[in-house]
Amino acid sequence: MKQSQNVVIKGTKDGLTLQLNDKCAYNELIEELTEKLDAVTKEGGDALITVIVQTGNRYVAEEEKEELRQLIRQRRHLIVEDIKSNVLTIDEAVQWKEENEIVSYAGRIRSGQVLEVPGDLLLIGDVNPGGTVMAGGSIFVMGALKGMAHAGCYGNDSAIIAAAKMMPSQLRISDHLTRSPDRYDEEEITESECAFINEAQQLVIDRLQVLKYLRPELSTFKGGF
Amino acid sequence: MGEAIVITSGKGGVGKTTTTANLGTALALQEKKVCLVDTDIGLRNLDVVMGLENRIIYDLVDVVEERCKTHQALVKDKRFNDLLYLLPAAQTTDKSAVTPEQMKKLIDELKQDYDYILIDCPAGIEQGYKNAVAGADRAIVVTTPEKSSVRDADRVIGLLEKEEDMAPPKLVVNRIRSHMVRDGDMLDVDEVAAHLSIELIGIVADDDEVIKSSHNGEPVAHNPNNRASIAYRNIARRILGESVPLQLLEPEKDTFFTKFKRFIGMSR
Repeated sequence: MKQSQNVVIKGTKDGLTLQLNDKCAYNELIEELTEKLDAVTKEGGDALITVIVQTGNRYVAEEEKEELRQLIRQRRHLIVEDIKSNVLTIDEAVQWKEENEIVSYAGRIRSGQVLEVPGDLLLIGDVNPGGTVMAGGSIFVMGALKGMAHAGCYGNDSAIIAAAKMMPSQLRISDHLTRSPDRYDEEEITESECAFINEAQQLVIDRLQVLKYLRPELSTFKGGF
Repeated sequence: MGEAIVITSGKGGVGKTTTTANLGTALALQEKKVCLVDTDIGLRNLDVVMGLENRIIYDLVDVVEERCKTHQALVKDKRFNDLLYLLPAAQTTDKSAVTPEQMKKLIDELKQDYDYILIDCPAGIEQGYKNAVAGADRAIVVTTPEKSSVRDADRVIGLLEKEEDMAPPKLVVNRIRSHMVRDGDMLDVDEVAAHLSIELIGIVADDDEVIKSSHNGEPVAHNPNNRASIAYRNIARRILGESVPLQLLEPEKDTFFTKFKRFIGMSR
């Protein structure tokens, strides 16, 4: 007997959810999906409907995702918003971990040296002029930042750069950049500062205290005081 | 078994060759057996500063290519009784004539017979630098209190710290002009040392006598009364493990006025 519940279509107020069985064969699934979609589009009106595809515990590779998108997009009123899966490959998991962890390094980044990490960087030491630190996430320097720092270097606008002594030659966040003033008065810098991109898409430097409100996601502390 | 020390800086013209010549002389004055090796192939001048130019018969490239025995190429400094030797660089070829492996073999050979081998490194961080560093056990970085020189020293220290089996480099701040430091037109020694954050092994004042002695081919370290000479002798003693305080750059006259200013905290 043919099991005919491989695709379950649910309507929510945000659109349609397609729940795909993760036990059956992939080609069976495609077949049934095609049939059901045909049925749905016949009924449907003119309004655009967003679709979220849930593949459960089935791993869907990039080309299969593309095939599903193609299949759904062929029906006129349907837009694929997301394809969700409960499983990750080990490579993806490692990448996810790297992008979300804080890497610490104790030492001094000297002229000509480049330190690059995929996630956040905690540098316990100075960055000398001519040295470069880069991070996919934010950069925290416990010493003097006198060289170049590039946070969010893969295009993350919400990354920040914080330093105990902020006197950089250049700061970059995502694709924004700012140059230092031509002179620093070392005695004037007494306070830790941070750099971020503000609402006007400008890279600005301010006191650390503003971060609490501007970047609440930096606080991962949970629990009571 | 001796120790090989490379004298390097990154930037040119900060006094690597002068420092090598004077430290060699100062160490020989302390009865150590010293060999100076000039690795600036194609632009040699350590022999000129030492006043040994006209005694060169073979050079470093001849030794490496086995056209002569090592001892045949060494030029003896007559001012010392069998203590100070120079292995000159070749002038007719360039840095690529030697590989780091060949240099290491050569330095290891010299270490059998000498207490100290001082390697004069060429400016830059290319082939010549790699050759010079290859056989060294430790490094002395020379810098002047100028931003450009400090920046290049920083770069070189970064590279030296990556070298395996090498002790952390030591710093010599050379050609300090105390009146410019006082007026704030030049970095002071503390600033340089803090910026580079490596151990300071000596400070040398800018002195006309150093230039004059290079011109005459007689290292200033022979002169017991000159302040630069004393600075070099002190560095040599520190290399030997003695603890010698840094010399004051300017013997300040204690007038009533400066005493008074120091008393109220306006002057040091």
